[in-house]
Amino acid sequence: MSDYYKKEDLGRFGDVAKGAPELYAKFRAWYDDAVSASGALSKREKALIGLAVANALQCPYCIDAFTTKSLETGADLDQMTEAIHVAAALRSGSCLVHGVQMLGHHDTVSM
Amino acid sequence: MAERFAQVLRRHDRFPLKARSLETLQVNLGKLCNQRCHHCHVEAGPERSGPEDNMDRETAELVVATLRGHGFGTLDLTGGAPELNPNFRYLVREARALGCRVIDRCNLSVLFVRGQEDLAGFLDSHAVEIIASLPYYTRGRTDAQRGKGVFDQSIRGLQKLNELGYGQQIPGRERVINLAYNPAGAYLPGDQKELEADFKRRLFDDYGIRFDSLFVITNQPIKRFLEFLEATGTTDAYWNKLEAAFNPLAADAVMCRDQISVGPDGRLYDCDFNQMQGIGLSGAKRHLRDLDASLAHRAIATARHCFTCTAAAGSS
Repeated sequence: MSDYYKKEDLGRFGDVAKGAPELYAKFRAWYDDAVSASGALSKREKALIGLAVANALQCPYCIDAFTTKSLETGADLDQMTEAIHVAAALRSGSCLVHGVQMLGHHDTVSM
Repeated sequence: MAERFAQVLRRHDRFPLKARSLETLQVNLGKLCNQRCHHCHVEAGPERSGPEDNMDRETAELVVATLRGHGFGTLDLTGGAPELNPNFRYLVREARALGCRVIDRCNLSVLFVRGQEDLAGFLDSHAVEIIASLPYYTRGRTDAQRGKGVFDQSIRGLQKLNELGYGQQIPGRERVINLAYNPAGAYLPGDQKELEADFKRRLFDDYGIRFDSLFVITNQPIKRFLEFLEATGTTDAYWNKLEAAFNPLAADAVMCRDQISVGPDGRLYDCDFNQMQGIGLSGAKRHLRDLDASLAHRAIATARHCFTCTAAAGSS
């Protein structure tokens, strides 16, 4: 698996524009505003959300980038770890809640 | 690499970088310090007590004569721990008598060194402005960078200074204390305003501490911090970050444009970082005794580490 991900590839993210430059430009404008700019949420809050999502998605590039961003915006290890727990809890919760669907189908087909 | 920074300045129509005033005389009193911080660009420590590393009385008197003769508005005292130099209090008294603003770059733990029990009172009685280093408002990150026990001493130091009026913004009795934040690792500092708000909230809520402003300082990839980068394999990535974050507006506002730096032996430099890298002034005037008004518009000697002070929003 480690052969598939190279740290230096994150720096080449912009190369993805080659096949569809206008779409990439739109993505970039939206991404930078949504992820990096202060708005109703502070830069640190966004960085921690990004870190949590990165872990939920298991994207190694995003995990590295948002770990750094969280540190830069003044988050500490305790806050970053809690954020990951939020993501982990939601992922497991979303798995477990589908048990309700299981129960429903179970009750339909069972005597 | 010096050419590369110069090339970037040229690209932004800012070459050569030139001074614009001699407002501040920044004096490095030496490498003696009661701490041995992991990021220190001075490589200061308790063992650096020799005469070759610290300013003597003759040079300190030359500093006072320079203040008197050249109308500097500010004397900025740094080190090591400048307070541990025997000439520190002499410089403060003389500079204040001349009406100079005096800044003390204080590590806070020095307030509790034996023999310095009256230091806080001395700073207060001369209305010295303090810039105190505090990399974070929790123990773990601060001590990891500055040494075990430093955070607790820093908090006690800040509380002691608050009791004297520092950071309380009392009308007619201003006692200014600013904090200096620098990242405890291989990353750039975030937004100064957001960090300041965070520090103010947490230090007040947790310890009842007040301060005036938070300055952010980017770690220079030289000396001890460079050793850390090399040990963690992050040197190239850190340099890339600095260079990619070059901000021409930060270049316009760099400290060296309004100050001149003096080493413990009286030699002149554009800044403390150039001093530690052994990069003297560009021209022939190399010592404090040669200082004259022409240095107010000198071309500044630049090198690759100048990317640090010109990254993002700049470094205080």
